[in-house]
Amino acid sequence: MITRMPQKTQQKALAFLSRSAQKSKPTDIIQVTQEAMAVYGVHAGNCLQILILIQQRLGYIPVQASSMLTQSLGLPVSHIDGLISFYAFLTDQTLGRFTLYISDNITDRMLGNQEVAAKLCQQLKVNERTSRADGRVYVGFSSCTGLGDQGPALLVNGYAINKLTDERIMQIAALIEQDVELAYWPDTLFSIETNIHQQDHILSAQPFTGQALALLKKQPNQEIMQELQSSNLRGRGGAGFNTYRKWLYCQQTQAEQRIVVCNADEGEPGTFKDRVLLQNHADALIEGMTLCARLIDANHGFIYLRAEYLFLYQALVETLARRRQQQLLGTNIIGIEGFNFDIDIHLGAGAYVCGEESALIESLEGKRGIPRLRPPYPVTSGYHGLPTVVNNVETYVAACHIVLNGGDWFAKQGVANSTGTKLHSVSGDCIQAGIYELSLGATIRELLKHCGGENAQAVQVGGASGTLVPAKDFDRGLEFDDVSTGGSFMVFSKQRDIFEVIKNFAEFFRHESCGFCTPCRVGTSLSNEILGNIANGQGTPHDIERLTRINELSSSMSQCGLGQTAHHALGNALQHFPECFTKRLQTKEHVLALDLEQEIVRIAVNEREH
Amino acid sequence: MAEKQQISIDGQLIDFEQGQTVMDAAIAANIYIPHLCHNPKFKPQGSCRLCTVNVNGRTAAACVTPCVANATVENQTKALTAKRTGIIELLFIEGNHFCPSCERSGDCQLQAQAYQHNMIGTDLTYQYPSRQLDASHPDIMLDRDRCILCELCVRASRDVDGKNVFAIAGRGNQANLVVNSDSGLLKDTQLSVDDLAMKVCPVGALLIKKRGFNHPIGERLYDHKPISEVGHHHPYETKQNINKDNPQEDT
Repeated sequence: MITRMPQKTQQKALAFLSRSAQKSKPTDIIQVTQEAMAVYGVHAGNCLQILILIQQRLGYIPVQASSMLTQSLGLPVSHIDGLISFYAFLTDQTLGRFTLYISDNITDRMLGNQEVAAKLCQQLKVNERTSRADGRVYVGFSSCTGLGDQGPALLVNGYAINKLTDERIMQIAALIEQDVELAYWPDTLFSIETNIHQQDHILSAQPFTGQALALLKKQPNQEIMQELQSSNLRGRGGAGFNTYRKWLYCQQTQAEQRIVVCNADEGEPGTFKDRVLLQNHADALIEGMTLCARLIDANHGFIYLRAEYLFLYQALVETLARRRQQQLLGTNIIGIEGFNFDIDIHLGAGAYVCGEESALIESLEGKRGIPRLRPPYPVTSGYHGLPTVVNNVETYVAACHIVLNGGDWFAKQGVANSTGTKLHSVSGDCIQAGIYELSLGATIRELLKHCGGENAQAVQVGGASGTLVPAKDFDRGLEFDDVSTGGSFMVFSKQRDIFEVIKNFAEFFRHESCGFCTPCRVGTSLSNEILGNIANGQGTPHDIERLTRINELSSSMSQCGLGQTAHHALGNALQHFPECFTKRLQTKEHVLALDLEQEIVRIAVNEREH
Repeated sequence: MAEKQQISIDGQLIDFEQGQTVMDAAIAANIYIPHLCHNPKFKPQGSCRLCTVNVNGRTAAACVTPCVANATVENQTKALTAKRTGIIELLFIEGNHFCPSCERSGDCQLQAQAYQHNMIGTDLTYQYPSRQLDASHPDIMLDRDRCILCELCVRASRDVDGKNVFAIAGRGNQANLVVNSDSGLLKDTQLSVDDLAMKVCPVGALLIKKRGFNHPIGERLYDHKPISEVGHHHPYETKQNINKDNPQEDT
């Protein structure tokens, strides 16, 4: 079923995906489409990856390309349209030769991203979210791009630029006006920092170049699995499922093939620790995946890399290639006959929901990222129905350390049901934003002390779907059984308005809901609208009841975690910071949804202007 | 012989066979669990969420949750009924459901669910969408503003009719029913009024043209019995029905 040759595919894909390739390449639609199909192979399951290559080369997916794909891949036209309209970074029209998406998480807003957008648009003489008449440039917004510690940030034709100072804004505007191709933009614009401020064993480790794999020759697999068991490692993506059990269930499922997937789609607003692991510790990740492959008997792996981390693609390809040369990947790994395992990189295209493991698998299969019904869980029926382990980047890295140093060593750190260390991505109102590796169980107050965020009135732990913790609860622990977190930690000082935080999250979930189930699809849309009304001074006390009701509906009736958690922070805010809502409300019970006089004026003004 | 396996729904013990969902077992035992996107003819998908029940204390959509022996299922509780009413309200405000002028009125499952749940009105804000209407087909009209995204037509056309006429595109509140042809229009598909896809739409999104309000008040599906008793009938269900409704075809 899986016949790809990852090394060749990755080399060919680089011609579309690396920044140095972003220069006078053929733009003939037929030629580009044929080349893109040749990279991955003419197979329906590769459709999404092919579309990403075409988008990257041409800046959009022309109708002509779509219809070539429907014919060659044997797919209905609605399938291609369904993909383009699902993934935020795919478009069926040219937006601009330079398409800019400004990261729009709350922490980006706190760093002045709205002013950045205004300045850029002023310089480029273009309106936000509108293509310039000459087709040169488009300035839009995106969900968090994973640079919360070095924002405001943007993506230009898929590549991340951090720290948008006035100087850099002018520089970018000039390059666009001069029509300089991305390959020739100065490298300094694209250098992404790691900002590691507190490190423990994971971040201070030497590169894994086979040390952990070598133990496969000395110890039976059974014993290595026992180390994993005694470590009590739990998944670092947020859900905290026991890693040993996940691998065991997968291994015990009868099948001809098994699959190892790394979820590198960290889309939770405010998270960027996987990005840092991919930057500095890709070897540990790949070695962890390779160990997993040996232990569960899998030959094929995927790294699902979020689109926003395209800038990491080339380095990852190079690391994979080096490891093949070192016999740490590929065939007969470390000289063990029949130990064959290789890894494909699959790019995302802008969909937060694909961080949910079953939606991620749908996306891997080239489909819209609609979460699957569970059970069956991926360990018994995942990628194309094969038993599949899906783990977060940090989980595989931790597994690598456990195999090398032992389960008991690992379990000594942390607390009873939350062993080991955890990487926290800290952003917002603190002195040093960046990465902090702390033992699990450390309190919020400790982390705030490390990063210089003691002035906080609240922190948002675990991203937009996580928990808003007020100052009175800062002694709570960052661990699975208390304040659970996938690694996002956003700090809000006493000067911030928590309403702005909640409004930003509501916009995020409205944009990211997949639309499959009623409570999430309609609920996220409605709550965003109601919060918008409150922001405009059109809210009444009755709106708070509505928000509470929508929260109850979506949290208890939605199919997947996205809808179930979308209003969690709103609920926390209504409980702990009610005044940030009530101070904006009108005192009367009811405000007309349609103000006839205002509406007539609006229409009159509109008509005069057009 | 294998021991009989049972679950309880609101205290009533019922049998189930291995592989049955809670919905399957309930239907077999004549217990009604409200639903819109489910129809036993097709693979269940669990998107409307109206059939949400509590299984051993955890909420789950009955149509996609397999029975496990001795499970305790709560169906008709006050809390669940209130939440289901909320789901119906969400569906009403998401589209344009002008019941008094809709041809499917009285035959419409969404409206029937509203009656079943004693929903009088809603205080949630109507969205008044303005999605593309497709009247290109000589016999069929698609009004997307009345579509509730149940995907029954998608499943019927793909899995039974073998024509794959419909699909869902877009994301979040932009999700919408699309037509699988280069033009995106129904006239360029093989859809016909005899397709099963035409006999499953629970609302007035897919309508047969050149006829209207053929069922007089008093003869509509839900005029005398609530949806919980009518079962999975559809106004376009049988050939006879269509012929009876359309005098031109009789000649």
